Order: sequence, then C-alpha cells, then structure tokens
Amino acid sequence: MQGVKEKALELLASGKAQRVLGWKTGEFFYDLTPGVFESAEEVEREFEYGVFAGANLSKYCIAESKKDGVTAVFLKPCDAYSFVQLLKEYKVKREKFYIVGVQCDGMCDMEKIRAAGISGATAVSEDGDTLKISTIYGEETMKKSDALLLKCKTCKSKKLVIFDELLGEQGEDCPESHRFDEVERLERLSPEERFSFWRGELSRCIRCNACRNVCPACTCETCVFDNHNLGTDNKAAASDFEENFFHIIRAFHVTSRCTDCGECSRVCPQHIPLHLLNRKFIKDTNELYGAYQAGADLESRPPLMDFRKDDCEPSVVYERGGAKG
Amino acid sequence: MQVTWKPTIVAFCCNWCSYAGADLSGTNRLQYPANVKIIRIPCSCRLNPMFILRAFQKGADGVILCGCHPGDCHYTTGNYYARRRMTLLFSMLDFLGIEKGRTRVEWVSAAEGAKFAATMNEFVKTITELGENRRLEDLRCKE
Repeated sequence: MQGVKEKALELLASGKAQRVLGWKTGEFFYDLTPGVFESAEEVEREFEYGVFAGANLSKYCIAESKKDGVTAVFLKPCDAYSFVQLLKEYKVKREKFYIVGVQCDGMCDMEKIRAAGISGATAVSEDGDTLKISTIYGEETMKKSDALLLKCKTCKSKKLVIFDELLGEQGEDCPESHRFDEVERLERLSPEERFSFWRGELSRCIRCNACRNVCPACTCETCVFDNHNLGTDNKAAASDFEENFFHIIRAFHVTSRCTDCGECSRVCPQHIPLHLLNRKFIKDTNELYGAYQAGADLESRPPLMDFRKDDCEPSVVYERGGAKG
Repeated sequence: MQVTWKPTIVAFCCNWCSYAGADLSGTNRLQYPANVKIIRIPCSCRLNPMFILRAFQKGADGVILCGCHPGDCHYTTGNYYARRRMTLLFSMLDFLGIEKGRTRVEWVSAAEGAKFAATMNEFVKTITELGENRRLEDLRCKE
C-alpha cells in the first residue's frame, strides 16, 4: 500500500493532527513495531509501512487518548473493529483521533518465509500476489498467500468499520473465512486427545504476558494476574494446570469483547495458537446466543452483558457436538 | 488394606436460595455425603470463573453451582448472567479436554431441601465414578 507515509507527513504538515500513531522498524526490518511520531523529521527517519505491519495500533490509542490534541492513527480493518470496541467501552475518545483507514490484503510472517527455505532476507516487498525477497544470496520470490500471518489467512472482514479518511477501497465481510475450521477439528477429537493437544501447547507457555499486553480487549488498569498473593504469577517448573488456568481466564475475560484480531497468537514467542481459545468462545456465543461480532457497531449489547429468559441451560454443553467425554 | 477414595466436592450456594435449601435438607434430616463442602456466595452471579478453576487446582474433584431458579433471583437478573457465563466456561473446559461431568449448575430454591440432598447424592456418585481429578490439579497449590 503506497501513500501511508505520505499521508502521515501530510497530516502533520496540515496541522490536522499533532502526532501520528503508526509503525516503525524495530530491531529487524521485519518486526515493525508501533510508534508515535510528532514531527516530519521523525516520520521521514523512522516511519515504515509494509507487508510486516501486522501490529494492531488500537491498543496504543488508549494512551494517546489521554494526551492533548488530535492523534492521527492508521487502522487496518481488523484494527478498526478493536477501535470501535474500545470506543464502546469508553476507553478512547472519538474526538481525539483522526482515523485513516488503510485497506489491507494480509500481512506477512517472517517465520513463514524462513519456513519456505528462504534465508538471509534483507528486504521484502510485494508485487501483487508475489513477494519479492532480497537475500544476501540473491533475489527470491514466493506467493504472498503462503507467507501470510495466521490471523490473515482466515481474515474475517475487510470492511473498515470506522474511519475519517480511507486509503484504498472499502472492503466487505469475508463469510468464507473458514476461521472456525481448526476449532471444529479439535471439537471432533476425543477429550483425551484434546487434553493432550492443549497440554502440549500450553505447557510451552513462558508466562511472558505478551498475549495479555498486546490484546486490545485487555484494558484493565490492574490485571488479576498481577496479584502476587495469588502465588501463580510465574511459570511452574512442571507441566501443571497453571498455564491452562491463565489462558482460560485470559480468554474468558475478553469473551464477547474479543474482535478476533489475532494479535495474541501473532506475538506469542512460543507460537501457541491462543486465538483458538478466543475463537472457541466466539463460536459458542454465536451458536448459543446468536451471531455477534464485537466492535462491529456501538449499539449492540455484548452477549455476556445480556441475557434472554429462555437461554439454554449450562447442561447443554454435555449434549452438544464433539466427542462425548 | 484397601483405601476407599472419597471425592472432594465444592458446592457454591447462593445465600438466598440454595444455602437455605441446604439448611432445610439438614433440618429435615435428609442425608447427603459429608465430602460436599459448601461455600456461601451472595448470588450465583458472584461466582467468578476463577473460583471454579482454583477449587480444582486446590484439589476439588467436582464443583457445583447452586442458585435460584431463573426468574427468582434475589437481585432480579443475577442468575441469568451466571447461566451464560457458566455455559461458556463449561464448554471451554470441555474444549480443553476436561471431563464434562466435573462441573454442574443446578437451580435449587430455599424450599427444595429434598432436591438439594438428591442433587448432592447424585453429583457425588457421578464424581466417584469419574475418579480423581488429575487433569486440573496444580501441585504448587496443594499443601
């Protein structure tokens, strides 16, 4: 997508925004991290947008919302859902932001490029459906669809639900995203198989709390897991239930507020498919309480802050789908 | 020597109905197993999902939530919210491969002493058949 950096410069120069929230290069060219830019020089020097700009900037809006003046922020479709959800929860103020919607056709994952056998990459650019990768050994190409982040592979929507200005075209929902396929596959396994799958995945957790810190729905000032009296704020030496406890509660606390932006899995240094827990909750709420997409609008009530007198009883869990246990 | 294992059951009971129901089953001299430990909560909706997981970590073999019948909540709507939360939590536990029978929600009013005793008897029987809770225990949490 061309023109993102130029737009940042233009907004600063015109005085429409006092600062810009965007992406800058981190330690490596492929780890674009969120950054705040207050001057044209800073933008010129550090601002970067490209196929690795997977980071969701919505969470950083909470801090920017407390500053004076207007912040221009670049939001991709999935980030826009998170932003609306934050607005809905009164975590950000609408008038403090000038939102530039950026259409997105998926962000890439360096690990996937490496897994394709391409090493020594020094720069990556996109050309339609093809990724051009410059390496120390010469030029390489690969299909972009093979290098997409997990969250982009099952993109739920390309619709920008909130923006003041749009770069690119307005998109549509993607009903054929197949995002629940993996959840359904696990549901079909026996309880023993599911248990060993999750024990295997979750026991790798190092409790770095990256999933919690990056999550745009995790906005409590003090988290329950920061309580030292709980005695479980560190990693257990043995494979134990503690990681399950943390991850069940982490996912539960964002149930019906999670927009399925997939940041939790993207940042996990241990590559635990954490988004599957969130998707399980989303799938259940959709099936039991009607289809709901967090962040799609400001009016609807999240399923867990709502009820119906004829809701199903909890015992429904013992009867419905999947292998019996 | 054969040691007969007895399950530990934690029952979270709403102050306004099930707790009184448990009392009634006592005054009526209805029997239910002594390994049911009752914890009184102000409303079924007070039950934080963490409480359930914590009970399991600390060695419970089964956890049951007893509250007012839907529509009869002392605070009007508390149990409706609890019902949605518990449904989702139980479904998640199932997704993680925890045995389905270990958790349950039962609506017991203050007048249903007999139902309370019957529920507990049946739940203890289910848990005894399921055996010890191994999948949710946390060695660091045990004494």
